[in-house]
Amino acid sequence: MMMADAPIRVLVTKIGLDGHDRGSRIVAAYLRDAGMEVIYTPPWQTIAGVVKLAMEEDVEVIGVSSLATDHLIIPKLMEALRDAGLRHVHVIVGGIVPDEEKAALLAAGVSRIFGPGSGRDEIVESVAMLGQQSRSERVDEFSETTL
Amino acid sequence: MTRTAIQLPLPGFEQAQGEWRSQYSRQIGDEKPVRNRSGIEVQPLYSPRDWSGERYLEDLGFPGQFPFTRGIYPSMHRGRTWTQRQLIGLGTPEDYNKRVRRIIDAGATAISLLPCCSGFRGIDCDEVEPVLLGTCGTVINTTDHMDSALDAVPIGEISTAMNDPSPFTLLAFTLGVARRRGIDWRSVTGTSNQSDYISHFIANHQFYRLSLPGSRRVLLDHIEFCRRHVPNWNPVSVVGQHMQQAGATPAETMGFTLSTAIQYADDCIARGMDVDDVLRRFTFFFDISISLFEEVAKFRAGRRIWARIARDRLGAKDPACWRFKFHGQTSGVDLTQQQPLNNVARVSIQAIAGILSGLQSLHTDAYDEAIACPSEETARIAVATQNILRDEARLCDVIDPLGGSYYVERLTDQMEAEIESVIARIDAAGGMYKAAEAGLVQTMIGESALAFQEQVDSGECKIIGVNCYQIDEDPTVPPAERPNADAMNRHVERFKAFKRERSQEQVARALDTLARAANSKDENIFEKVVDATEVGVTHGEVVSCLRRELGFGHPLIVA
Repeated sequence: MMMADAPIRVLVTKIGLDGHDRGSRIVAAYLRDAGMEVIYTPPWQTIAGVVKLAMEEDVEVIGVSSLATDHLIIPKLMEALRDAGLRHVHVIVGGIVPDEEKAALLAAGVSRIFGPGSGRDEIVESVAMLGQQSRSERVDEFSETTL
Repeated sequence: MTRTAIQLPLPGFEQAQGEWRSQYSRQIGDEKPVRNRSGIEVQPLYSPRDWSGERYLEDLGFPGQFPFTRGIYPSMHRGRTWTQRQLIGLGTPEDYNKRVRRIIDAGATAISLLPCCSGFRGIDCDEVEPVLLGTCGTVINTTDHMDSALDAVPIGEISTAMNDPSPFTLLAFTLGVARRRGIDWRSVTGTSNQSDYISHFIANHQFYRLSLPGSRRVLLDHIEFCRRHVPNWNPVSVVGQHMQQAGATPAETMGFTLSTAIQYADDCIARGMDVDDVLRRFTFFFDISISLFEEVAKFRAGRRIWARIARDRLGAKDPACWRFKFHGQTSGVDLTQQQPLNNVARVSIQAIAGILSGLQSLHTDAYDEAIACPSEETARIAVATQNILRDEARLCDVIDPLGGSYYVERLTDQMEAEIESVIARIDAAGGMYKAAEAGLVQTMIGESALAFQEQVDSGECKIIGVNCYQIDEDPTVPPAERPNADAMNRHVERFKAFKRERSQEQVARALDTLARAANSKDENIFEKVVDATEVGVTHGEVVSCLRRELGFGHPLIVA
């Protein structure tokens, strides 16, 4: 089991069709500089690919960047993560999500949406917190299954 | 190029300047250096000591005269204002057609077409999550689709910009439509707006569909084909926009873009094409940021450097080749999701910068561009902004109106030096192709993007509504427009039926011919793309065939 003080592991990725990656690269650099272990992918990942990578890399948080409309398929990603038994993996979304489409993402289980103007500290703190939360949730999942 | 300012004999100048300087310092106190986005330190005041006009003829000349610093045509916007070329693309081909016809009715003399992101990825509509289809561009996978999109659009008379990366299926479809309508290909005019595969590879903005060497080959075939068969088409648009949007500074952007143009020109020359024939069809496409004076200096310097490169380095003899023709798009990077109506002000300033720079063609962003595809109303305001600047603010009355400003001329010289140092760095790396392949350019852009973001985070770079003057939002955000799901489903179903019903034998034969051309040394791949689309081969089929034969292109990720 992961030590509580081991670095948080984060997957920073883009799914769907769009390739604008300035934001995801900057956020990845922020998290890396904050001491986290960042797994970074090129854009255009498939949902199945992200789930597989999250599992193999044993991440606690997934950051999905969406600048065009790829956030519209994030609910499918959430479902796929649940189906794969990765309930403890928290998903944050960064980029452009129109106000009226935010509720659907949060209802699907996205932990937070970072719009433009979100600062470095805010993002880093939130990911650190979600990472810790993910660890404790995983302990719970583990004890539930062994009881 | 660094120049020492000439010391004009101005009696009393030094004393007056000294007095001003000490008064200024008393008022201001200690001051941190002010730098523009390209890192050039900007002084509080400029004078004849910074720019004296001594080298007027060598460095500026008159409009239409080498080195074209003041503009590429003698009459510039007085003679002919820029082309209003608004980027449009959403939904089905029928949706596009409705929107584009309204724009033509409103007086547009040029149109542009942005395909769905699935098209940029090289896949057809039946392979995509339906909810994403048409949200960022129009779904066009076949000649039939293009025929519907351009229904009643006079393609022999109106210039068309296709956002059409390698292997240029949108142009192939358009040529198919022209043939159906009996329109001579020689009267088809426009630009392959996204032909710059290197910028795609570097900045990832859309999709890098084929391997680098594959894209290089297809671009050259496309240029050769167009020069032979579609002579009024601009097969090359060298795109600085992607790189500036990805974070390159304005000076870096201009340097990278000119280095890319050098690469393409060298490749054409190496293939035996006539440099004068090819270069006159080169066009450029840039982002215009809100850093007004810096942008003006960027474009003025760019024009001058290109003229010298085209004539002296590439050896073009026809003055048409020395002219730096460019389309500008106001930069979405400066626009904010917060308080979106503020973007009308930002776009106006960016457009002013572009117009004062002497651009040939302009897209102004709609104020909701940072949120979604523009609605009809916001797109109308974007066009109105251009009309207001032209007809009410009368920005076309004087050619190069900032020319002769001590500041702008000095800054133009400094930007020129900065741009030339970028070009020298790329030259030292073996040219743009090699520099991109090795990741050098990506690293430089990544560093600049991070440096800029740090200035925003620290508040040093203020963005209204984002890191200062925030308010509790804000009911002005128009809801994002999404394509009609039923219409899109019908579009996909019709596409599937089309694929079932066409002659499978002809399709197989055309794809086989295409694959053979890709593996041959001397056959023209783009010619086979055109032939294939005529028998119903789809966009996705063309791309996947070429990917198989020429290799798949993955972007290079640089830490």
